[in-house]
Amino acid sequence: MNRIVVGAHYGLKDWLAQRITAVAMAAYVVLIFVAVLAGAVESSETWQAFMSHGAVRFATFLFIVSLCYHAWVGVRDIWMDYLACAALRLTLHVLTLFALVGYAGWAIWIIWRL
Amino acid sequence: MQEKSKQRPKFLTLQEIRLPLPGIASILHRVSGAGLFLFLPFLIWLLQLSLSAAPEGQALFAQYSGNFLVRLVLLGLVWAFLHHCCMGIRILLIDVHVGVEKAKARSSAVAVMAVSLALTAVFGLKLLGVY
Repeated sequence: MNRIVVGAHYGLKDWLAQRITAVAMAAYVVLIFVAVLAGAVESSETWQAFMSHGAVRFATFLFIVSLCYHAWVGVRDIWMDYLACAALRLTLHVLTLFALVGYAGWAIWIIWRL
Repeated sequence: MQEKSKQRPKFLTLQEIRLPLPGIASILHRVSGAGLFLFLPFLIWLLQLSLSAAPEGQALFAQYSGNFLVRLVLLGLVWAFLHHCCMGIRILLIDVHVGVEKAKARSSAVAVMAVSLALTAVFGLKLLGVY
């Protein structure tokens, strides 16, 4: 076996996850677009009321998780394509993961305290 | 099939790479994705301000969202999102074997560039308060 710890894990899983999260995010963006057309951003009150609705919060949560997973696969691919040094790649993989998990927590906190 | 004897460059010297149009659309998919990733904290921060219940937060949001530089960055991110999204749809279609032929792949790449730029212009004029 000649596998590298920072390789792509040689599977379809991430490839498929990339596509599923993309479709989920596209659906969410359509939802937000329709809401904006319907007046969700008329004022800060309507915007907060819209974003704190249970179903919207559920969808936003899924969007945040999808975005972070999608970004993880995409950014990891960039490091894998251009960085030959495995140590540097591992460092950047870890930093990318930490950043994305942190962003997810931050964004979820924003919508959950509404 | 192309001839095996054809000399292919075995380097990735960025200045020497000449991409065909679908290649440009493709690398822009990566560039726009990277840009969106880098500006993610900025976007989350704006979301936080926009949803802030405190009047100070709202005032800060009004101040920043009205700032020209912020709007310029947002316009760039709008393009990045639109290009990434349109290109993503193209990739999904190619995944299910729609538009794989060279001519179709080229025209869909042109369509991605044109649609994302046109929609960016539509949003850009809105962002600049033209309508």
